[in-house]
Amino acid sequence: MSKRDFLFIGTCLCGLGAVALSLLSRDPLHGSSSKANSGDRMIADIEETRLRVDRAFQEDWNQADLQSAAGASNLLIARRLSLALTGTVPSFEEIRALQKIPKQQQIPWWVNHLLSDQRYADYLAERLARAYVGTENGPFLVYRRRRFVSWLSDQLVENRPYDQLVRELITADGLWTDAPAANFVTVTIDQNGDNQPDETRLAGRITRAFLGIRIDCLQCHDDKLDQIVLGQSEAPRTGLQSDFHQLASFFGSVENSMTGIRDQSKQAYSVKYLDREEEERVDPAVPFYPHLLDDQGSKRKTLAHWITSDGNKAFSRATVNRVWAIMFGQPLVKPIDSIPLHGPFPPGLELLASDFVEHDFDLARLIHIISSLKVFQQESRADFPVTQEHEDHWAVFPLTRLRPEQVAGSIIQACSLTTIDANSHIFRQLARYFGEGDFIRRYGDLGDDEFSDRGGTVTQRLLMLNGKLVREHTEDNPVTNASTRIVMVTEDNAKAVETAYLSIFSRHPTAHEREHFRERLEQPATETRTQQMEDLFWVLLNSTEFSWNH
Amino acid sequence: MHTQIPSRIECGGLDHWNRRTLLRAAAAGTLSWLTPLARSLTRAAEKAPRGTPAKSVIVLWMQGGPSQLETFDPHPNTRIGGESKAIKTTVPGIKIGSGLSHVAEQMQHISLIRSTFSDQKDHERATYNAKTGFRPDPTMVHPALGAIICKQLTDELDIPRHISILPDSWPARGGYLGDQYDAFQVGDPKEPLPDLTKTVSQRRYDRRLEDLEKIVETEFRRGRLQKLDQQKTLHNISIRRAMRMMSSQQLQAFDVMKASQNLRNRYGNTPFGRGCLAACQLIKAGVRCVEVTLNGWDTHINNHELQQKRMAILDPAMATLIKHLKEDELLDHTIVLWGGEFGREPRINAAEGRDHWPHGFTVAMAGGGIVGGQVIGATSPSPDLKSPRPLTNVENPRSIADIHATVLHALGIDFHQEMYDPPIRPVRLSEGKVIKQLIRS
Repeated sequence: MSKRDFLFIGTCLCGLGAVALSLLSRDPLHGSSSKANSGDRMIADIEETRLRVDRAFQEDWNQADLQSAAGASNLLIARRLSLALTGTVPSFEEIRALQKIPKQQQIPWWVNHLLSDQRYADYLAERLARAYVGTENGPFLVYRRRRFVSWLSDQLVENRPYDQLVRELITADGLWTDAPAANFVTVTIDQNGDNQPDETRLAGRITRAFLGIRIDCLQCHDDKLDQIVLGQSEAPRTGLQSDFHQLASFFGSVENSMTGIRDQSKQAYSVKYLDREEEERVDPAVPFYPHLLDDQGSKRKTLAHWITSDGNKAFSRATVNRVWAIMFGQPLVKPIDSIPLHGPFPPGLELLASDFVEHDFDLARLIHIISSLKVFQQESRADFPVTQEHEDHWAVFPLTRLRPEQVAGSIIQACSLTTIDANSHIFRQLARYFGEGDFIRRYGDLGDDEFSDRGGTVTQRLLMLNGKLVREHTEDNPVTNASTRIVMVTEDNAKAVETAYLSIFSRHPTAHEREHFRERLEQPATETRTQQMEDLFWVLLNSTEFSWNH
Repeated sequence: MHTQIPSRIECGGLDHWNRRTLLRAAAAGTLSWLTPLARSLTRAAEKAPRGTPAKSVIVLWMQGGPSQLETFDPHPNTRIGGESKAIKTTVPGIKIGSGLSHVAEQMQHISLIRSTFSDQKDHERATYNAKTGFRPDPTMVHPALGAIICKQLTDELDIPRHISILPDSWPARGGYLGDQYDAFQVGDPKEPLPDLTKTVSQRRYDRRLEDLEKIVETEFRRGRLQKLDQQKTLHNISIRRAMRMMSSQQLQAFDVMKASQNLRNRYGNTPFGRGCLAACQLIKAGVRCVEVTLNGWDTHINNHELQQKRMAILDPAMATLIKHLKEDELLDHTIVLWGGEFGREPRINAAEGRDHWPHGFTVAMAGGGIVGGQVIGATSPSPDLKSPRPLTNVENPRSIADIHATVLHALGIDFHQEMYDPPIRPVRLSEGKVIKQLIRS
């Protein structure tokens, strides 16, 4: 190797060291003060609702005679928020920035920081898309999932009122490429059948995604188990097969044409009901709140306005329940799409739903409110005996297994000191994209069924213990891996342990943990210090604390 | 526009008049004696399999939809027959496609259900239907056949009891039974198994595990549920299982390279052939269900040539598998189930291909108490392809659910029993009916 090679390598290593050193000491994010001010305004604005919801939960705990957990650290709350809104743990760089903010302003500042990040829009768009169109590949050419998710992301960047967004989904006309919202309809096209949108799949989808109600069984027959309650609150009734098909009939005039999705007003919807001899025409009708129906000129528009009208609390409840689920890892009402139309409702649901309607279906505000609640900001552990009942009543923050993409994204992020986002080098972004994809394929995607508590398989465990993603992100690599870079830039072993814990767990180590791993680093037996740090990263990544939201 | 109600209600209960509702109705009236009697009569009507029930299943999964007309249900010299030719088999009167000459020699063990139908024409949805026996349901995920078998037939192994070799896009899942029943996925058996090799020395590995348990997990457990691991996280349980598997002698069952060259040659020097050999070894080791995938059957263009190429891989592998199982006295306890998500259309399209066809295609079964050498149902050699009811071209149509019910029954599993999909819905393991001719009596 020539002197010039040595000089080049030395220059590169110095440069990397300088970057890493600066990360360990500098304030990496800009614009902190303005965000802190907007955080103040938000705190004042949502205070009344926050207090009312907190009181509702406190009353529930009092009635159940349950103690609630103490408040969690801001770093832990920030971790929960990052997982919910960006799909990864916070980067070390972000944690350093958060620590510079006055403590009482940290959480609203953090929420603002995340909501203004493209990662939030992209991640939430993918989560919402699972509810709207599922994860299946869908029909060839006429369905463009990526385009649909990208469009959703744009709406979230603008914080478009959620009722408007949903109305566009239901009513969009045009080609799947020019009018990405139309993919909500085209995903149901049966290319092996009549090549037209499937009204029944659309009816099932809108009730589950937008109204939080499961009426899919009614497609075939009346409800015989008294599980589907519809009608008015003063006169509730069991669901009928006709309820499903009258709702599906709103999509009866939709057709797939050369110009894409459009309404053909003369087209009627017909069905052969169970135990009837003949097929019969079915006119549109809604299964509850008929007084909210207002003719908008087309069936789909009329349906979209009914679903999103201020008075249709099923819509706002369903939205609150979904956003809650994304933030906590589990919904307030389980299953997420089975909220009783006429109650009873858990504490907070009605209050949050009303606030959502009163403030123009503002998703960002809803996220701010939920993140400010005691139930969100409390510990998942306690100094009293914790039982399942505490979790059921939200008296402790619930433990939930991270989703596959959250695990993959968090491994990649935790093993990089800098934030991997839209501003990262393209190689970094590509490495993340391919690394995540391969990992999720083996770890097992949850598909549409994303809020069920599943996992703990031997495949997942082997993937974490011996898999490529963990190995590649913890092994000796001075260019990309935090484990190597940390030992390069600091000789203080306690500080090195501290940095590893902040990068992976978003918390400081306990005194016992710090001392234990400091000793490991100081007494390398046959392993080098770099290998000891690699081992520490492996241990932390393989822990329950890393792979669960807590 | 009109919509079709499925001909059979399959969304969670037999028309939702299941045991629970019948009991409720019976209790409300004076007919409380009727329900248990009706139930026992129903059970008695199904013949129990004679002798020891089957113990395990090998699913030869033909992803993409194999053509029944080129494989097991040829109609040569007809307008739908294309270039396919039929050959004789060891069973007089049964002819199959000319590309399956080795399989033809094992026909005495194999029965063909030539009248299988489903109501799904899209690959993903039809695959779900074929692997679970239920239509896709947006409110629940049904378990695949292998998952049900592993849930019902409990035993202990170091290695997973449900395995998918060469999985395609939609490997068998545990569904509402839980992820622990998902198929363990492996690639070409000539390659090392994924994620089973330690990446550092044993000493370092042990120290890592010790730090993980004694320092990090101990700290996390503080102030949480008393039985956190058993009731919720399964952390230690999954680590123990992974460790046991990593050091198990049973892993050798995946290794096909230790088999004789002659045996490997008989299966064919292909990933699928090696997959079938591994499946046989795994069944011998005690694995309950192995799915081996052969993809590439989606022949919208150039159907005949492409199907022939697939059959060249399938034929030696499937025939040798059945013969090998027989030689090792495993066939009586092992069901071999062959099929794809649907068949292919009788009409040949402009690109010399065949499109998707769920209205009468073939599923093949062998072993495990299934009576071989039979043909169930038939498809018409001159079907009315314009008929709005394509099943009128099929004699004795049998649904995918019937195939599932037959396999579960042969395994001695009461498929009528209700499982409970959280939180409220009772769901049967299968809504099908046993194909009685296939069960040894």
